[in-house]
Amino acid sequence: MNPYLAGVLLGFVLLTTIYITGRGLGASGAMKSVAVTAVKAVAPEHYESSAFYQDYAAEHPDGTMKSWLVFEVLGVLIGAFISGVLSDRVGFKLEKGPGVRNATRIGAAVLGGALFGFGSQLGRGCTSGSALSGMAVMSLGGIVTMLAIFGSAYALAWFFRKLWINS
Amino acid sequence: MGPLVPDIISNEFNYLIALIMGVGFGFALEQAGFSSTRKLVGLFYGYDFTVLKVFFTAGVTAMIGVLLLSHLGLLNISLVFVNPMFVKSAIIGGLIMGAGFIIGGFCPGTSAAAAAVGKVDAMAFIGGSVLGILGFTEGYPLLEELYTASNMGPVVISDFFGISRLLFAVILTLVAIFAFIFTSKIQEKITGKAGEWSGSRFRKMAMFAVIPVVIIVLIALTPSRDEFVMKRLEKKVATGECQPKMIDADKLAFELINNYYSYNIIDVRSAAEYDSFHIATAINIPLENLANPEYRSFINQRIKTNIFYGASVDDAKRACLLARFHGNANGLALIETADEFKALFYDVEPLGDEPTRKQLTVNLFREQAARKMLEIEASVSSLSKPVEKKPRVVQGGCS
Repeated sequence: MNPYLAGVLLGFVLLTTIYITGRGLGASGAMKSVAVTAVKAVAPEHYESSAFYQDYAAEHPDGTMKSWLVFEVLGVLIGAFISGVLSDRVGFKLEKGPGVRNATRIGAAVLGGALFGFGSQLGRGCTSGSALSGMAVMSLGGIVTMLAIFGSAYALAWFFRKLWINS
Repeated sequence: MGPLVPDIISNEFNYLIALIMGVGFGFALEQAGFSSTRKLVGLFYGYDFTVLKVFFTAGVTAMIGVLLLSHLGLLNISLVFVNPMFVKSAIIGGLIMGAGFIIGGFCPGTSAAAAAVGKVDAMAFIGGSVLGILGFTEGYPLLEELYTASNMGPVVISDFFGISRLLFAVILTLVAIFAFIFTSKIQEKITGKAGEWSGSRFRKMAMFAVIPVVIIVLIALTPSRDEFVMKRLEKKVATGECQPKMIDADKLAFELINNYYSYNIIDVRSAAEYDSFHIATAINIPLENLANPEYRSFINQRIKTNIFYGASVDDAKRACLLARFHGNANGLALIETADEFKALFYDVEPLGDEPTRKQLTVNLFREQAARKMLEIEASVSSLSKPVEKKPRVVQGGCS
């Protein structure tokens, strides 16, 4: 799809969400629910004794997985799959830069995910919840975080060029 | 009207909304090509600027949409959640996320979309994200100070720079358009292929680019729905064709002490003024909020007659006409202002040396009425009052 058209579509989805719920979209919050639920299942004693998890449980009285963002991200999986089927892009695939080994790509993806996950908690939101939704409601925090994300990625691009391009 | 949750759509139903909106979000992300990590990082090496185009277009579309909806009186912008600004954690968190982006090749939303179409690296990225989040939640005691430092609250960027929302919207839109043209030139240089802003296609693109600017200008030039309604009311008041019925203080006091239950007294001053003094049984709806739909049930109580009063008689009249505009035709406006009412009943001036019989009677009535009104106020203090609304921070977003 034409990227501008896709952008307008995404913008309308975001606008509708704000109109209905009074809040924007998100993504990393759902992963946080997964992380907290995992702790609860694996180490229940630790879960009970840690102030952070107890605060989280108090904010989610219906259960750690019953949060708006968990349902939203389930929707993302469905919507992306539908789109993938329509555009014939579904299938197991490992995408990487030229000449990069599979193990390197997987390792980098895990490390990058860990950094993004950690940063999204510290920065109170990721590219969806903080940057994109922040831009829609003109939030200073969202726009500052957005500039920091893209600024840092540009600044580090040269150092990690071997992961992505021939040079 | 909006936001629809929780007044029009319940919190439970909201989860279904989440699922539906998620489907739209995921569909748009995947259609934009964000399930491809090489497309995403292309932004940082100059061979593909799709991310910038989609991201900026989406942000500007939603931003202008929010402005337009609030201009039309469909969305109450003060109830929309604005993420708070914690200077240190916003910047440091952003820098770490940037590193994660260039190393991992995804961000959380796009990794979900990519995993759904079978990208193995995206699944690894999600696994890594959960680990990273665990790192944060486990290390929270150490990070708490950084996390909560330098809180500025939910600051809107246009307020921060002291400009209007519309001006900021114009600036951001122009920055986006400029960035689109600039990056397509870079892409042309690096890939050697003509971009969408070159040659004959430039004019077509420019025509689309003008649309958002025109919408913002229209918002700036036309009166908002609230202004429009008030203007029409002022005009009718000025020509005298639509005058509200009036009631005076003594009549009001008499009605209150005899049948307070058939009147709905509405104080249209600010909450602070209401707190310092208000007429017995009065509820407080500031004039500027009177047109908000959430108060409509208070001004449309069928068995009760509305009586409006305010800091001036004009405010009371305006409120009465506004209520009539929104469907309640038999309201009254108090001739006296709130302060005059207070002076008449509670700060009674001593009578002259030789009061007339009429003065004595009136004085006696007011004295008794004042006492009675205090009693009534105390006994009906549990009457339902409008609840002050605030943006909720419980659900959604990335927290």
